[in-house]
Amino acid sequence: MLDSTRQFDRLPNTPGVGYKPQHFKQLCDDPDPVEWIEVHAENYMGDGGRPRAQLAALSERFALSIHGVGLSIGGEMPLDVDHLKRLKALCDWAKPASFSEHLAWSTHGSEFLNDLLPLPYTPATLARVADHINQVQDTLSRKMLLENPSSYLVFAASTLSETDFIAEVVHKTSCGLLLDVNNVFISSVNLGISASHYIDAYPINHVHEIHVGGHDTQTDDSGAPLLIDTHGQPVDEPVWELLKYTLGKTGPKPVLVEWDNDVPDWPALQAETKRIAEVLAA
Amino acid sequence: MSATMKSLAVAGAIAAAMSAPATSANAASKEKCYGVSLAGKNDCAAGPGTTCAGTSVNDYQGNSWTLVDAGTCETMELPNAADGSKRTGSLEALTRDVPS
Amino acid sequence: MTSLDTFRMGLLDPGYPVPKGLENGTRQAAGNRYDVYRNNVTHSLIAALRTAFPLVYKILGGKSFDTLAPAFVRAHPPRSPLMMHYGAEFPQFLADMPELSKFGYLADCAKLDLAFRASYHAADTVPIDPTVLQSLPLDVLMQERMLLAASTRILRSNWPIFDIWRFNNVADAPKPTPQAQDVLITRPEFDPQPYLLPMGAAFWLNRLGMGDTFEQAYDAALAATPEFDLSKSLIVAFQSAAFCKVQGF
Repeated sequence: MLDSTRQFDRLPNTPGVGYKPQHFKQLCDDPDPVEWIEVHAENYMGDGGRPRAQLAALSERFALSIHGVGLSIGGEMPLDVDHLKRLKALCDWAKPASFSEHLAWSTHGSEFLNDLLPLPYTPATLARVADHINQVQDTLSRKMLLENPSSYLVFAASTLSETDFIAEVVHKTSCGLLLDVNNVFISSVNLGISASHYIDAYPINHVHEIHVGGHDTQTDDSGAPLLIDTHGQPVDEPVWELLKYTLGKTGPKPVLVEWDNDVPDWPALQAETKRIAEVLAA
Repeated sequence: MSATMKSLAVAGAIAAAMSAPATSANAASKEKCYGVSLAGKNDCAAGPGTTCAGTSVNDYQGNSWTLVDAGTCETMELPNAADGSKRTGSLEALTRDVPS
Repeated sequence: MTSLDTFRMGLLDPGYPVPKGLENGTRQAAGNRYDVYRNNVTHSLIAALRTAFPLVYKILGGKSFDTLAPAFVRAHPPRSPLMMHYGAEFPQFLADMPELSKFGYLADCAKLDLAFRASYHAADTVPIDPTVLQSLPLDVLMQERMLLAASTRILRSNWPIFDIWRFNNVADAPKPTPQAQDVLITRPEFDPQPYLLPMGAAFWLNRLGMGDTFEQAYDAALAATPEFDLSKSLIVAFQSAAFCKVQGF
């Protein structure tokens, strides 16, 4: 039995799972449970009811990572101040060990498009992203982690590589990084770059958390493979290899498995966490 | 209605309501079942699906659209004549804060 | 126009050409790679709509629902990152579709789905002990204001909306018959429940919700609906835990 009064001020360097409500009981009853979980911030911004009750119960047993999907940090417009307030209220209430968001945009004008959309990498977008991250960190009074996107295309207007862009963001904001190695693998195949070169160029010393997840394989107009970041199947073998390569550089880190679509029964998710544990122990 | 009659009517109604079976919403006696295996309502997820929903231009096109399969609407047999009352339907969100 | 404006243009418009300035990794035009984003946006919103309106989904059937859903999500993208609130315009959208005119009750079904979802995410409240009402001197009670639980929603319909819900959710429930029905939705714990309201009770509860005293709401309900039955209305209110507290207690 875990001590319900213990404080979780950091994510442990062990496997974690993206939490799904249908797994609540099995997660809590697991005799050999994971030590930490991650939830999407926006799903817990209601006023009460089951989501908040579950989160309150879980936060007594597991270290918690809150992962935002709606802040639109890469967007051209100012951050939604009301949303930022909701985020602060949630963090003040749930007291997560970590908060992370995406290098992406999802709000445009008055519309929320419910997807993580890409941005060009230029000095202008760099300045804007850095301003937004500083605003988030000032409002939340905590360091945030920024996650690299999965890419299907690039902007001709980009003048910076993604790794240089992210390194500059870290330099300007002192934010931490959430390195999604599945996203790196997807982008490397889709854009014809080397995944290990990406990791080599990435500001690896600032990584506080790592993601793995499943992807789907399709083809583009020219018949070239096009990997889609579905989080809907087991982690692919090359992504496990890339995780090993990455952990070789970072040392042990919290590693999370994401499975958001076609969510399987608990044992399938548990198997992925066991695999992460093996890689961490190697 | 006189004040006395009204008082009698209200007192009688409350007494009758109390004597009805199962009037007590005894929430405390129920198990705290926040672990039931229901999915969340409208959870968002990073990385949605792979169907071609976004690219089809052959979706609903105004008047050319018809019901392509029947859900329960065909079995309920509720003619529009059911709309007999002229009362205005309204949804009213009644969310008052509880004073602390 | 900025690059993100251009990128946005085609996301909810399948006929819009792939924006210029997007490439694959070898400086060729992006082509169908842009469709991944089109698809993710549209597909995720349709999936959200399906989850959000289970009664409408069941009544229309999956194919019909999925056929009309793209038109809705393209016309009404969310206005907030809180997807739990998505779809407020759906009842009106259904009401305005000529093809659905013979299913006049659909808009109210969508309102019922919205009410369930709002109730599901509403703040937690503690229901009152009904015996409190009896313990008060009547003249004191008459001047009290009842508070409705935050999860309380009231839907008045010209359709047999409660029977429609039951027919689609309870095994062997009878077919709805033509009549107007009012529904109360509350969430005693975590799962919202519908309750059929007796005549005049919706009006009475709305008056209480607006801050009327017990006496004012009673008088107004009787004036509006002579058949109003306080006893029956109280029974439903207590069964459903609609009252969370008597002010001052």
